Amino acid sequence: MEVPFAVMVGVLFASGLYLMMQRNLMRFVFGLLVLSGSVNVLIFTAGRLTRGAAPVIPAGLTTPAGEVANALPQAVVLTAIVIGFGLIVFTLVLLLRVYERLGTVKTDELGDALVRLDDEDEV
Amino acid sequence: MNLFVVAPVIVPLFSAAVLLLLRHSQGAQRVLATLSTAASVVVAAVLMAQVSSGGIQVVQFGGWTAPFGISFVADHLSAVMVLIASVMALASAVYALRDIDPERERSGFHPLFQVLLVGINGAFLTGDLFNLYVWFEVLLISSFVLLTLGGRRAQLEGGIKYVSVNLLSSMLFLAAIGLLYGLTGTLNMADLAIELRHQDPGLVTTIAMLFMVAFGIKAAVFPLFFWLPASYHTPPIAISAFFAGMLTKVGVYALMRVFTLLFTGDVGYTHTILLWVGAFTMVSGVLTAAAQSDVRKILSFHIISQIGYMIMGLALYTPLALAGAVFYLIHNIVAKANLFLIAGIARRLTGSFDLGRIGGLFKAAPFLSALFLIAALGLAGIPPLSGFWAKLLVVLAALEAGVWWIAAVALGVGLLTLFSMTKIWQYAYWKPAPDDAPVGAAPSRLFYAPVVGLAALTVLLGLWSTPLIGVADAAAAELLDPSRYVGAVLGPEAAAGLRAVLEASLGGDQ
Repeated sequence: MEVPFAVMVGVLFASGLYLMMQRNLMRFVFGLLVLSGSVNVLIFTAGRLTRGAAPVIPAGLTTPAGEVANALPQAVVLTAIVIGFGLIVFTLVLLLRVYERLGTVKTDELGDALVRLDDEDEV
Repeated sequence: MNLFVVAPVIVPLFSAAVLLLLRHSQGAQRVLATLSTAASVVVAAVLMAQVSSGGIQVVQFGGWTAPFGISFVADHLSAVMVLIASVMALASAVYALRDIDPERERSGFHPLFQVLLVGINGAFLTGDLFNLYVWFEVLLISSFVLLTLGGRRAQLEGGIKYVSVNLLSSMLFLAAIGLLYGLTGTLNMADLAIELRHQDPGLVTTIAMLFMVAFGIKAAVFPLFFWLPASYHTPPIAISAFFAGMLTKVGVYALMRVFTLLFTGDVGYTHTILLWVGAFTMVSGVLTAAAQSDVRKILSFHIISQIGYMIMGLALYTPLALAGAVFYLIHNIVAKANLFLIAGIARRLTGSFDLGRIGGLFKAAPFLSALFLIAALGLAGIPPLSGFWAKLLVVLAALEAGVWWIAAVALGVGLLTLFSMTKIWQYAYWKPAPDDAPVGAAPSRLFYAPVVGLAALTVLLGLWSTPLIGVADAAAAELLDPSRYVGAVLGPEAAAGLRAVLEASLGGDQ
């Protein structure tokens, strides 16, 4: 069960990193989304996969009856999703500001745009 | 439960919340921000005193015993880092009172700065690897906003580089955590220290390399440092100085933590790589600095070069080397941040950061020149300032370990650092101002308060270095004996178990 997930993580990692190496920063953000998703799947898979057994302890017992899903990676992934959401939103807003102020989101044009437009007093 | 272990996080967190409520009253914000940063220094000093007298302090959150809950652990390294972070925050906060413009204050500078301190202190104190990731994100997101706050074009352009590379590093860090959890089933660092000794060393080393890259980006080591000089010079100096002093050092701290507590199974492999990384970091940083003409860029490249000395201390992995690395960390944070603050005052006096366009500061501001000399010579390692002891310790450790070439590199880079500092002195202070020099204005006296304080600290750590060397020695002893950390978190039985495993593996080597 874990093997196809491991392969999927590998493919997602590669796609994410490929997108992050593009010159267009919008694609960089998409790459970041894919990468952060693939890391979450990685953590989820690393906690071992169990089908159809919620980690609930039946009434009257102190330990689960039989094998149940691992709850900890789910909690970790949930935290990572929330953090990743905040970071991606910030990156998008930053890109929007860059586009407004510098007129481009292509990495090779940013430096030129900075030199061309830099006329404000920087204190 | 010892409240002082969590207080360095609680105090700035609480003050950030109140500062958000006070966002329309900048006067009140300034007073509260300064007072709460001073309070952080006090609680950090109490924690340091407790660790010095009572050994490693531990708090288990919510009453869940380790390894099930999240632990906060303050050993000598954590405590001294928390203390210096709070001291630097106070210096920057006082400087910021005059340096940060009202526009940036309205956009939330004060609460963001406190949240940054929350993240830094949390990262130093936590004893749980995933929790370390969370604190890293807390400090990252606030540093993202602080770096781009104000939205100048140069800030946005630098911000893109800073944000993108640091996000990549966070993803690698998180992936490494996931793999480590898959291997061991735990995220508590003390528990990991035991579990990793029972795992396949090849797999552990592979994960260790992932951590080395993730933290290496944050610590700005060769060849992962290019984001730093591209971004650190863009925000206002109060922010630049704090970033320059503290942020990369959180990465260095994380490297020191995981490569002493967790990944010591194959020291011959991992720490040899670290040694080369340290050497290249020292050399590449100092050589690129020589080609710059903007003071802030020269200083930014020197941040990188100085990180190399700390990595070298970690890589040599002897008691003396680790003590030297800890001493170097503290000394460098103070001297480097101070050089940025001094550059900020010089910028106000002369109107530019560009060495070619300014001059005559020695005549115009002799007091500032003296302060610059203390910080610059301290950084270069001239006795009796603090940098001398820092360099002496790591170079002695290298000679003691028989790695003479790294000692030679360290001394050579020290000489080149002195060259760079002389260059700033020559251009900004000694030579007369060019005819077309921009016009500056006399800065407020308040700017000098943190600069004088930090310069005094540089002198004090040099002339009276015994207390800090004592702390550094104690920190090194704790780092080299993980069973003490494990014993404090998980109890004496776990520590005895780990000690038996370590001794058995040592016996196996012989």
